[in-house]
Amino acid sequence: MIHTYQLNGCNIVLDVYSGSVHLVDEIAYDVINRIDAGEDREQIVTAAAAAHGVEPAEIRELLADIDELTAAGKLFTEDVYADKAFDYKNRSTVVKALCLHVAHTCNLTCNYCFAAQGKFHGDRALMSFEVGKRALDFLVENSGNRVNLEVDFFGGEPLMNWDVVKQLVAYARSIEKDAGKNFRFTLTTNGVLIDDDVIEFANKEMHNVVLSLDGRPQVHDKLRRTVNNKGSYDIIVPKFQKLVESRGGKGYYMRGTFTHDNVDFTNDVFHMADLGFDQLSMEPVVCAPDEPWALTAEDLPKVKEQYEILAKEMLRRNREGKGFTFYHYMIDLTGGPCIYKRISGCGSGTEYMAVTPWGDLYPCHQFVGDEKYKLGNVFDGVTNTELRDEFKLCNAYARPDCKDCWARLYCSGGCAANAYHATGSIRGIYEYGCELFRKRMECAIMIKAVEAMEKANKE
Amino acid sequence: MKHIQTLETRDLAQSVKNGGCGECQTSCQSACKTSCGVANQECEKCSK
Repeated sequence: MIHTYQLNGCNIVLDVYSGSVHLVDEIAYDVINRIDAGEDREQIVTAAAAAHGVEPAEIRELLADIDELTAAGKLFTEDVYADKAFDYKNRSTVVKALCLHVAHTCNLTCNYCFAAQGKFHGDRALMSFEVGKRALDFLVENSGNRVNLEVDFFGGEPLMNWDVVKQLVAYARSIEKDAGKNFRFTLTTNGVLIDDDVIEFANKEMHNVVLSLDGRPQVHDKLRRTVNNKGSYDIIVPKFQKLVESRGGKGYYMRGTFTHDNVDFTNDVFHMADLGFDQLSMEPVVCAPDEPWALTAEDLPKVKEQYEILAKEMLRRNREGKGFTFYHYMIDLTGGPCIYKRISGCGSGTEYMAVTPWGDLYPCHQFVGDEKYKLGNVFDGVTNTELRDEFKLCNAYARPDCKDCWARLYCSGGCAANAYHATGSIRGIYEYGCELFRKRMECAIMIKAVEAMEKANKE
Repeated sequence: MKHIQTLETRDLAQSVKNGGCGECQTSCQSACKTSCGVANQECEKCSK
């Protein structure tokens, strides 16, 4: 399978199953599309030569190049993975990542919060050290030979339970060497409670810090409000700047959510960049379609256009030495994920689970609070093995709707939670999200193509 | 090639043989928390 598209003056051909990317001129773009449509070779020679005003010999030469790429496994490759049957149902999986809900409470009252202002549709609660410690032991015990173990301190707002976070990090550090493990911690915070102690500790211990900011002050303050119904932008931005300035190059993401209210979200991304942040992420809101901030069908083409604007502006800023990264455009063509990762996806419910303040296990943070998706708890382990096995099967080849999609080895079949909320089944698809995902991948690959072209022109 | 520039990419078919160590980051964990892209994940083996 191939996917061809034109964007920002580039003609791009993706070879889906090899992962190859070709930047081609108008003639090759036409010829490759004709081959893909099943046209006869001699017919292609005649038609393409006439259409592009070139000699038939040139088209034949081009066809020979295409044959060479095909023989080299870089074009028109067949799907060799489906029949290999990576046996997902019977594969053994280990747990390698936990999302620790250390605080089911929050000091902001963001209207769009999928976690229902931190409460996840349940009671407010803080995780005790004992439950967190048991969760870390559960992770070590169930991680098999995996060395790198990820733990995200999440909420609600995890800084509302900061002492426990620090104790849990200290406990993990005390056991990791003997256990042959390497803990990588992430802190996801709204920033309100950041102080010098948080900054020092986070910059020492947290592999990654995810900082929530929606962009322009008026956009951020409209939905991210304090419990006293005030905007939070002025409280958090100086704190984020101080944290990032002293982070010493360690990873972080400035992460925003865009909604129907700011479909022109690129202005919020550029605002973040203009504030001095350079590792950015901006996500479409996840909420019920009848919420006033939900993205609508009418928003879809506008949002897609915004992704193009973002890609072009990133190229421009990069040329001027003012570049920034955008999470969804950080595609790594040479050092990216292997085919196993591309098929198996995020690992929710198998490799990755969320832990509530009470120690209950859920497939991921987005299922927390939905009792029928409870997998077990950190004391007794995974007891709902039937549910876990359902998640094992949830991959790029498990969803009938993904069969003909060129992007499935980039998204691995999509988010189970999004699918569930959109269709009632974790093996469904959230088509709106798919449309945006495909657009983001086209933009990300276009950026790589332009960079490769500019590099080649310099040499 | 006159009409085609091929970008350097990881050969996915080859990664059937040398992939699957499982040490890479859980994709949703790193920033988005609300989608499931894997294309932007780094391979732990490749980055060593």
